[in-house]
Amino acid sequence: MVWLDLYHYWVFAILLMIGYFSVIAKRNLVKKLIGLSLFQSAVFLLYITMGKVDGGTAPIIGMTDKTDIFSNPLPQVLILTAIVVGISTTALGLSIVVRIKEAYGSIEEDVIHQKDQVE
Amino acid sequence: MNMIDHLPALQVIVPLISAPFCILMRNHMLAWAVAVVASGAAFSLAILSMGFVSDGATLTYAMGGWEAPYGIALEIDAFSALLTVIISGASLLALLAGAASARQQLVDEKQPLFFSAWLLALAGLLGITITADAFNIFVFMEISSLASYVIIAAGPHRKALGAVFKYLVMGTIGATFYLIGVGLIYMMTGTLNLEDIALRLNDVSDQRPIFVAAGFITIGLALKAAVFPLHVWMPNAYNYAPHIVSAFIAACATKVSLYVMMRFDFMVFQPNLVGHEFQFSYFFMPLALIAILSGAVVAALSRDLKRLLAWSSVSQIGYIVLGASLTTEAGLTSAIAHMFNHALAKGGGFLIAMGAALYYTTTRFSNLAGLGKEHPWIAAAFVVIGCSLIGVPGTAGFISKWLLVSAALEQGALGVLIISVVVLSSLLAVVYVWKVVELFYFAPRPEGGSSDVMQVRKPEMLLYMLVLGLVAGANIWFGIMPGEPLALAGQAAQALLGGSL
Repeated sequence: MVWLDLYHYWVFAILLMIGYFSVIAKRNLVKKLIGLSLFQSAVFLLYITMGKVDGGTAPIIGMTDKTDIFSNPLPQVLILTAIVVGISTTALGLSIVVRIKEAYGSIEEDVIHQKDQVE
Repeated sequence: MNMIDHLPALQVIVPLISAPFCILMRNHMLAWAVAVVASGAAFSLAILSMGFVSDGATLTYAMGGWEAPYGIALEIDAFSALLTVIISGASLLALLAGAASARQQLVDEKQPLFFSAWLLALAGLLGITITADAFNIFVFMEISSLASYVIIAAGPHRKALGAVFKYLVMGTIGATFYLIGVGLIYMMTGTLNLEDIALRLNDVSDQRPIFVAAGFITIGLALKAAVFPLHVWMPNAYNYAPHIVSAFIAACATKVSLYVMMRFDFMVFQPNLVGHEFQFSYFFMPLALIAILSGAVVAALSRDLKRLLAWSSVSQIGYIVLGASLTTEAGLTSAIAHMFNHALAKGGGFLIAMGAALYYTTTRFSNLAGLGKEHPWIAAAFVVIGCSLIGVPGTAGFISKWLLVSAALEQGALGVLIISVVVLSSLLAVVYVWKVVELFYFAPRPEGGSSDVMQVRKPEMLLYMLVLGLVAGANIWFGIMPGEPLALAGQAAQALLGGSL
């Protein structure tokens, strides 16, 4: 099964599409943000799986031999930064949703749109 | 001197370090002063580094002493020097002119927080332009985006919140697309340094992941740059942001994304991917042409000054993308020169909206009628800046449009189509600029609308008028003597097509 050998790419792609779909299709702002988070998490998985080598271990000086097989640690470091960015984005997004709720009394896109039209 | 060596790093660090100081200032005037000083310092550093690179040299800096490609390198060449000047200049001028406007639209206690977010946005935008590392670009992009969501959401109207939410969702999708692209490239080459990527892509035997990466990166950045039809977040975000923010963000934010896009597509992908040049050009040229026309049409139909300017931005970004999609040196020169000239014109346009709102609270046309009789200098400045938006000879806008037309002429039959679109959209620009001019000079003041709604302080207004005069003057100055920015644009275009940093 050649197709299933690369199952981590399938996980990445499916998760990415689930997130993307809910960003586009959901009318509730919080659900949109959940979708956005999923969308970003999929990319985190892409990065983390790419650095993994079969049977590889962490390259720590003094604890491993030079003959060991090592996984690439750099993608994990990169994604640590990206996770922080993702958290800030979600936090900021949620705080905007709170203010939208205060201003409009709703977090449903249709209601907000309606109230904007009335003015 | 020692400080000069650290110039690229200081460019980012100065606004970044000043941001927390802004929060510590409990007084809104002090916070504003810190922001002005930090922007001024960033601007002088940008001018300084422009002097170093104007003879074709590159300033490089190994962050933390780790040499590229292992460490993160900062690099300033002609292209990035021009962008840093645009960004820090826009920030400085918008801040100087906007003291009164910020007081009008923001709560005093919130201003220190607002200005510190402003400085973070500035640091992020400057960081994107000077770094030579693909992942570092992503980090700075997110710093600048998150900070600009905050300052746009400070707008007084509740519609600002909806606009920011849309911007946040679309901006994050754009940045994540970029991240996917960078991940695929890293998978194939094992490096993140732009120069190193360009070298190692040569040896990659399987080009398919690189094609996918090129697609993700180009689309992601096009989303951030508001290239038609991915511009839907932009008009509302610019419209409902506080006036001071519109003047800053409209002048530089989208151009920075275009800068990264041009860097990637021309330096990294062009030399290594078969047929990339044609794909880029066939993909973007129709979009740019539609953007130029549709943006101008909607602008001509607008009934609000800020809305008009925002839609005119859609059209003007079309010009920049069109120049780039010609993929010739002349085309790229015109695109890069237009970044500078459009920043002057659009920044100036939003300054006028800011001034008008000071006197008449909103920028709706019905409120602004007859502005020319009461505030002749603001109206006069609009005439100059409007001419620059249209591209009247003698103003900055003319220079880049002329370059674009002459670059298009090299293309033969296709060039005729391009030129006819440019001429048509210039006529549309005449329509929308004239609409405002007519409104300012020939329409009667609406009755009962008492003018001075807010107490305007003398020194603030003096500063505003000085900056407005300076920007209007610059639109004429760079129309007659385009020397320095044009030389930088030419160098940048050469470097982009030369395939080396």
